Amino acid sequence: MSLVITNLQAAIDGNDILKGLSLEVPAGEVHALMGPNGSGKSTLAKVIAGHEDYEVTGGTVTMDGEDLLDLGIDERSRAGLFLAFQYPAEVPGVTMANFIRAARQARLPEGEEIDAVAYYKELYEKMDQLGIDRRFTSRSVNEGFSGGEKKRNEVLQMMMLEPGYCVMDETDSGLDIDALKVVASGVNSMRSPGRGFLVITHYQRLLDYIEPDYVHVLADGQIVRSGSKELALELEQKGYDFLKEEVPVAG
Amino acid sequence: MSKAVLDSGTQAAIDIDQSKGDFSYPESHKYDAGCGLSPATIDYICDVKEDPDWVRKFRHRALKTFLGKPMPTHWATKDLENIDFDIIRYYLSDGAKPTRSWDEVPDDIKETFERLGIPEQERAFLAGVEAQYDSEAAYSNVKEEIEKDGVIFVNSTEGLKEYEEIFRPWFGKVIPTGDNKFSALNSAVFSGGSFIYVPKGVKVRHPLQAYFRINSENFGQFERTLIICDEGSELTYMEGCTAPKFETATLHSAVVELVAMKDAKLQYIMVQNWSDNVFNLVTKRGIAHENAEVRWIDCNIGSRLTMKYPGVVMKGRRARGEVISIALANSGQHQDTGAKMIHAADETTSNVVSKSISVGKGRSTYRGQVHIPKHLKGCRNNTECDALLINANSRTDTYPAITVRGNQHATQHEASVSQVSEEMLFYLQQRGLSEGEAMSLAVNGFVNDLVREFPMEYSVELKRLIELEMEGSVG
Repeated sequence: MSLVITNLQAAIDGNDILKGLSLEVPAGEVHALMGPNGSGKSTLAKVIAGHEDYEVTGGTVTMDGEDLLDLGIDERSRAGLFLAFQYPAEVPGVTMANFIRAARQARLPEGEEIDAVAYYKELYEKMDQLGIDRRFTSRSVNEGFSGGEKKRNEVLQMMMLEPGYCVMDETDSGLDIDALKVVASGVNSMRSPGRGFLVITHYQRLLDYIEPDYVHVLADGQIVRSGSKELALELEQKGYDFLKEEVPVAG
Repeated sequence: MSKAVLDSGTQAAIDIDQSKGDFSYPESHKYDAGCGLSPATIDYICDVKEDPDWVRKFRHRALKTFLGKPMPTHWATKDLENIDFDIIRYYLSDGAKPTRSWDEVPDDIKETFERLGIPEQERAFLAGVEAQYDSEAAYSNVKEEIEKDGVIFVNSTEGLKEYEEIFRPWFGKVIPTGDNKFSALNSAVFSGGSFIYVPKGVKVRHPLQAYFRINSENFGQFERTLIICDEGSELTYMEGCTAPKFETATLHSAVVELVAMKDAKLQYIMVQNWSDNVFNLVTKRGIAHENAEVRWIDCNIGSRLTMKYPGVVMKGRRARGEVISIALANSGQHQDTGAKMIHAADETTSNVVSKSISVGKGRSTYRGQVHIPKHLKGCRNNTECDALLINANSRTDTYPAITVRGNQHATQHEASVSQVSEEMLFYLQQRGLSEGEAMSLAVNGFVNDLVREFPMEYSVELKRLIELEMEGSVG
């Protein structure tokens, strides 16, 4: 049971961004993906989720053995893939409560309806856990949200949809230390033997609160180093520059 | 980054769901004015309806006006030229008087309205219902409690005969025959529509509703509605329209006149879901006297071409006018809608909020007229019109005409055109919604604040209609 990325190559507008990336995230583990700006971190997240701007030019992505690249964006989601966005889109006029409800409804068999009472009970519990105000349910999705509110909202949706694999794209950016702690504790509460996490971050800071099992370093579209969480600390001290010499040996 | 949702081949035309209204029964008309329009047609209608002399004269004068006016194609769409006035049947009825008992309504007509959910709605939350089938009302009922208060709710044929002293002074005064070519046509051949009078101080708590149904091919429906709210009274009136889809185009050309006397409040709610080969050319206007309020809440989902610009003439000091409008144009449809706000007294206030959605090759047009003359003071207008384009070949146009003279007024105009961005769709789909579900959620969000203005039963129906329309809009 794992999310397996093998020799993945992807391009946008004819520019190759991912150049043979391989990575395995088994269920039950947290893998951190670090790397300098422009290394392809966010591209990887979008390609896994099926963003149509990116063309997959080679390689495979499977989730528990199922070929993800064959599925539509929504099918990947319903199969258990969740992407916490770095920049979540605004959806004017659609309330948070209705949005999450629609996402839950999309997972039910045809003709089956969500139990509204149970739904709100669960929603409120998880909002309390993330320190989100109740009035939040009637606000339009991400509209006028602060950076921190958007990120908490992503984690709330993740908790409500209970995915098998979570890809978190720079969830720590724009968060102050208190918000970071709340978000991290939300993520930690979701860690379980049946669920895998790929946590994408530029900074080591997040990993103080979400402790990874493995750390991978991405540079120029390939994984150039993999190791334990100490690798993140090493990066913090040395910066990403020391990787430059190592690029050619990867793959 | 906000990019248009580009069309792929699969995103072209979409089917409009009018399944609920798309059925018809065999015609059995005792009276049929035949095809085409001439003075003899007018006389036929007058004879069948037993019109009083003044109405016969009114109709004949209107016919002359109609024939003398050119099609307004110098500003409106050329599609109007595809209306063939010579093949239209201007009057069809089975000769039965409207009944007050649902059981007495002829079976095929009764089944028609029952399939459309009438009169279950009446039992549920309405104070009265009128149901019109082709040219004449088939059923008309007002609950006793409001009848006791002196509220009159009948069809226009009965109104002009039984209540001439109230009807005649206002008939054709808010919208003169020669206002436009189609108001003249309606004045010549009108039949059916509602006449409502609410006496002084009476506040009608539940809405009155009329339902218009076209059942026959090549038919023109020309209902005429006149609503008068006397001083300090209040009324909400709702209107719904459907027709089955016939091979040939059908014409619906109504005239609706509203009068709100001093301190009265009159709200007119309309949801139009005509099949997509109906020409829907309607003139609607209200007069608001001192401190009175006229609100039009208008939703256009169906028809091939709708041209409709509800207006309010604010004639008395502190009068208020409002138009709230939602239009959805799918491939093969043109929703040409808007509002007219004529300020004719000091301290009058008008508000226009319009939202349109164009899907596929659908086209929506907003035309707004705001007129505030120089000699007035303290007038205010607010206009907001927002257009949402779903596909790359969808179209929207805005033609605001705001004439404000003098410097003691406040006007504000905001317009926007937006698209459902690719990033929004990606986000919604990543949460498990199909592309169609994502699109319909986004569109429902766009009109959400206006849908709330409709009564519960209508807003639920509206959301459902929008979902159905959007489901097919994407591959």
